[in-house]
Amino acid sequence: MSGLDLNNCSTCPAHNLGNLNKLGINMSNFDFVVALAGNPNTGKSTVFNYLTGLRQHTGNWPGKTVTRAEGGFEYNKKKFKLVDLPGTYSLLSTSTDEEVARDFILFGQPDVTVIVVDATRVERNLNLVLQILEITDRTVVCLNLMDEAKRNEIKIDARVLSKELGVPVIPAAARQGEGMNELLNIIFEVAAGKYICKPHRIKTSSKELNFAVEKISREITKEFPDLPNTRWVALRLLEGDQSIIEAIRSGELGNLKKQNLATVNQS
Amino acid sequence: MESANINRESILATANNLRWEVGENLHDTLMESIYDNAYSIASKAVILPDKKPAYSFDRTLDKIITSKYLGFPLMFLLLGVVFWLTIEGSNVPSGLLAALLVDTIHPFLKSISASIGLPFWIDGVLIDGAYLAMAWVVAVMLPPMAIFFPLFTLLEDFGYLPRVAFNMDPLYKRVGAHGKQALTMAMGFGCNAAGIIATRVIDSPRERLLAIITNNFSLCNGRWPTQILIATIFIGSSVPAYIAGLVSAAAVVFIAVLGIALSLVVSWGLSKTLLKGEASAFSLELPPYRPPRILQTLYTSLIDRTIFVLWRAIIFAIPAGIVIWLVSNITINGVSLANHFIHWVNPVAFIFGLNGVIFLAYIIAIPANEIVIPTILMLTVANLGLAGVGAGSGVMFELESVGDTANILYAGGWTLLTGINLMLFSLLHNPCSTTIYTIFKETKSVKWTAVSTFLPIIMGLVVTFFLTQIWRIIVN
Repeated sequence: MSGLDLNNCSTCPAHNLGNLNKLGINMSNFDFVVALAGNPNTGKSTVFNYLTGLRQHTGNWPGKTVTRAEGGFEYNKKKFKLVDLPGTYSLLSTSTDEEVARDFILFGQPDVTVIVVDATRVERNLNLVLQILEITDRTVVCLNLMDEAKRNEIKIDARVLSKELGVPVIPAAARQGEGMNELLNIIFEVAAGKYICKPHRIKTSSKELNFAVEKISREITKEFPDLPNTRWVALRLLEGDQSIIEAIRSGELGNLKKQNLATVNQS
Repeated sequence: MESANINRESILATANNLRWEVGENLHDTLMESIYDNAYSIASKAVILPDKKPAYSFDRTLDKIITSKYLGFPLMFLLLGVVFWLTIEGSNVPSGLLAALLVDTIHPFLKSISASIGLPFWIDGVLIDGAYLAMAWVVAVMLPPMAIFFPLFTLLEDFGYLPRVAFNMDPLYKRVGAHGKQALTMAMGFGCNAAGIIATRVIDSPRERLLAIITNNFSLCNGRWPTQILIATIFIGSSVPAYIAGLVSAAAVVFIAVLGIALSLVVSWGLSKTLLKGEASAFSLELPPYRPPRILQTLYTSLIDRTIFVLWRAIIFAIPAGIVIWLVSNITINGVSLANHFIHWVNPVAFIFGLNGVIFLAYIIAIPANEIVIPTILMLTVANLGLAGVGAGSGVMFELESVGDTANILYAGGWTLLTGINLMLFSLLHNPCSTTIYTIFKETKSVKWTAVSTFLPIIMGLVVTFFLTQIWRIIVN
């Protein structure tokens, strides 16, 4: 390989921009991009409306949001682009919604991914949370619908949840605007690199699986040393995920560097 | 770069090989570990109530709403209540708006134009055409929309709509469509273009097309004033006054339900012919019932709807008003263009139990359904040359009451049959131009846009034709 690799964008602070532009996000005026993910019908659009001041149509049925919504807000003199992803139960199936969400989180590499969780259905929502934590470190969980939880007499210890997940957990009731200030603050801190997450990694007990994942991970690391989520990529390869296979073949996977703190201070 | 490619291929090869050793149940194993992790974390952080199971209220309510016997009657009842509230609630505001915009401001504008000496045709086009069309749409359309949409949004927020989809799913599945079509049909009751966009929730392209093509059978907001007015004039007037409102509402409900039934029938037909295929699986999460924020919803949807209607009045009604005035006042051989067309089409229209005025009105009203009635009234008056009513040909005029409208229509040769056929034709005709454009944008196919546009018209003509023949045989 020659010394100067003109095709290797991963060292350039703007490469993130390149991917985002490809995904149709205009980042020309923004400092950070924040993705909003979560199960359907958890109040993502309500959070979105609150943060951006826009008025997306919300309604109490899953599948209400059908167009990808983008908006922006400013906080602490930094401009944030907010992308409302379609609600998904998981990222492991093959429906278009889930691919869109997954591809955005993986290839778009948002600075922060906010996962909106329904406080009345934590265990089920955790399926998606745990999957997202495998892909990206920079995550915040917004524990929404706390008013509903209270109405149904469900109690949640957000601190314990945060400790177990390794990421910040902010209780909120977005309809009433509760918890939104704390959410904004933590989004800023994670985006600016002031808060470092140590996300929970899924533990599997199957010996064959662990062995296989180890072996593939080692090979991946040799070729793509800066990959932030090698174990997850190895799992996807084992499952035969077509878009990951393509990303490896084309080398695009190499562009997914660990978030370089130096790139964060661009303005 | 060569060595990089080899390395990458070897990674993929390793993965391929190991996939055999890991076994077929990889996906299941993964999902199981995810569930296990989720369970263990949740059990540490979440404490569920032990006295009673969570959601007991929801479950009880659902037992009623989705029950085999009560589910459908409840749906029709709710639909009837929503229509009735809309009808009764919009009477007074409509009257007030008409009094303001048509009775007060219109003469005022005319006097201004007279005092500054505007030429006859500018005054006609701007004030009698554009302004009056806009004023009529605002007076007639704004109150029903302002009432229907908040009611609909309240039901949405409450969580009722997925239960509708749940109830109707077996029906839709039987005809080869997707259960979510119930939801897109419900959206279509507000606005067909919005219903088309809502079909994005349907994954299967085939089922999505079914939902798009049949969406027009949902009576959109633009067509209700037509339905309500005609029902009140021709049907409500034949029963005692104290139940007239109820009976008119029931007639409109009947037409709406007929639309839903037709959407099922057409879906079935298309599934057997142009759009063959299997119904796909539908898993729907019934969300918990959430108390709607009544005041907030009323406020936002009121403002949303008001602005929307005003915008539509400006964009669609104004040009239509100009066209109406022009065709009624531009003459060839002393007869207006409108009258030429009307007389030429009348014999054909008669076969379908309609008349030339209605056909011309529907052509002018392609941009938006709400201007159908104003156009019909104005063209009828111009056609008959009724003296003393209105202020000249091509001018829309003030109506003190439904009775006035009735008199004009009867004078124009309308009968009960005409009224019924108009209600049916209003249900079964081409989508408005906004909807046609939306369909094209969503399907990117000229073929399917054409099907969506012409299928309803053909059905409308067929239905009115047969009804007319049978009616005339029976009556004679």
